[in-house]
Amino acid sequence: MEKSETKPAVDVSRIVRRFGDRTVLDDITLTVPRGELFGLLGPSGSGKTTMIKLITGIDKADSGKVELFGELMPQLKMLQTFGYMAQSDALYQELTGKENMAFYGSLYGLSGKSLASRIQSAASLVNLTDHLNKQTSAYSGGMKRRLSLAIALLHEPQLLVLDEPTVGIDPVLRKAIWNELTALTQQGVTIIVTTHVMDEAEKCDRLGLIRDGKLIAVDTPQAIIDMAGVQTIEEAFITLGGRQEERS
Amino acid sequence: MRIRALVIRIIRQFVRDKRTLALLFLAPLLILSLTKLVFDGRTVSPDIGLVGSASALAEKLEEQADITVFDTFEEADQQLKNGKLDAIIQLKDNKPDVTLEGSDPSVSRSTQLVLQKAMQQSATGDAPAVHYLYGGPNMASFDSFGPVLIGFFSFFFVFLLAGVSFLRERTSGTLERLLATPIRRSEIVLGYLAGFGIFTLIQASLIAWFSVQVLGMSMTGHIVNMLLINLLLSLTALTLGTLLSSFASSEFQIIQFIPVIIVPQAFFSGLFNLDAMNPVLQKLSYIMPLYYGADAMRGIMIRGEGISDIQLDIYVLAGLSILFAILNVIALKKHRRM
Repeated sequence: MEKSETKPAVDVSRIVRRFGDRTVLDDITLTVPRGELFGLLGPSGSGKTTMIKLITGIDKADSGKVELFGELMPQLKMLQTFGYMAQSDALYQELTGKENMAFYGSLYGLSGKSLASRIQSAASLVNLTDHLNKQTSAYSGGMKRRLSLAIALLHEPQLLVLDEPTVGIDPVLRKAIWNELTALTQQGVTIIVTTHVMDEAEKCDRLGLIRDGKLIAVDTPQAIIDMAGVQTIEEAFITLGGRQEERS
Repeated sequence: MRIRALVIRIIRQFVRDKRTLALLFLAPLLILSLTKLVFDGRTVSPDIGLVGSASALAEKLEEQADITVFDTFEEADQQLKNGKLDAIIQLKDNKPDVTLEGSDPSVSRSTQLVLQKAMQQSATGDAPAVHYLYGGPNMASFDSFGPVLIGFFSFFFVFLLAGVSFLRERTSGTLERLLATPIRRSEIVLGYLAGFGIFTLIQASLIAWFSVQVLGMSMTGHIVNMLLINLLLSLTALTLGTLLSSFASSEFQIIQFIPVIIVPQAFFSGLFNLDAMNPVLQKLSYIMPLYYGADAMRGIMIRGEGISDIQLDIYVLAGLSILFAILNVIALKKHRRM
């Protein structure tokens, strides 16, 4: 991967994805450089999750191409490079938190001492160390979310893809998690996060506003606010989304 | 490595889920025991009403039937209508005249059998000598279809469990998460086969031991062959169950496969004699996994067949398992393109 050392973490060009006669993603081009905390912002049903699936290679675009660290997707070996947190908590209820982590960890090739130490550090990051030996069926919604996040962090991936990571997490912990995400980007980890919570969006380095399958703006939160000539991201989203409709 | 992780996970899930374990291990034993109780009770002696004086025939009948003597036909007829009697015999012109209750064919048949035996004995006394190639005079009907039932229950419970487990993997979102890790689709299928395979092997051994040692089912062949067939049958059920779960969107829809996939197999597996069926329709049994499993089980347990006699059944069951497993790997493409 020497040659791809300088390639951006994510390079999406002109992707289109249709389900039947419905176009879910329409001609989207986007580049996310390494070490950036990039937010995908949009209402539910706008195509965020489909976008995530195309980036991770779980799904394939009808046209256009996706590159991760310079490698054309989808590719099986590239699944090792990113940590993924899906919108639904993909946990096995009968297993304890630790057993869930051990299972996913070994799928990423972790084992023995390194697995055990990674479980400890990922769990402490999301404040779950005391609950690791409980069955996850006894976890609260927020705890499940945190465990899912810990699983995504487990194999220390260069890229984190998080689909609505902070739903159901209380404000204090949410702040702690965002601080942690920012710290990770400073270590060179690239993070793509979807959200529809506007105050979270402001913490991202750059934002992509997505609506009805179209990327209507990509810039820093401040630049987007300025461009729309309003005070908040929320207003910017409404204004820019409205303009798009007038044009089409 | 990844397969091992999957196997460990499946074992852990199973061990925590006591009720499912009970379904897998105890339910087949319970149903087999019940079936034995129902079909293997003491031989039923029909209740026969005799009109008129006791005769030589009545003495012979006494050995195998409960005889009540009536003075008039009307009296006996009243009892027949009340369900107290299975048949009435009266002598008309010195010939026996029989009226059967007739609403249950099996009772009618056994009554006629008793009558025929009694009449043969009273007539000449020279009963034909009877020899058995397999089984024997003491073989109960349970011995005859017990082997089929063993196969059926292994198949049924494993099918249900595998189908529901794999479906839950999909509906809970864990399959999607699993497919975002570098695991291969084939590794998922193999992991499932191995993980469930362990439990189906235990189940197969338990059922085999229980039916032979506890229920005393006739067993003339080798227990290893019986285990092999049971395991192959379970693997077929496992791969078919997971495959079909791709076409179901809820547990309820898995249940809907029972009348479509399971019940027809029960009919064609040899529980019922198909000789009376249209020959073209009889051929349907060739596409049913349970037909091969049941055929082999019967061969082993009743006729003492060895590996060479049941090899066709083994090949077909193994072939079907492999086919379904490959289709499973392909079906997973729906969720991840690589």
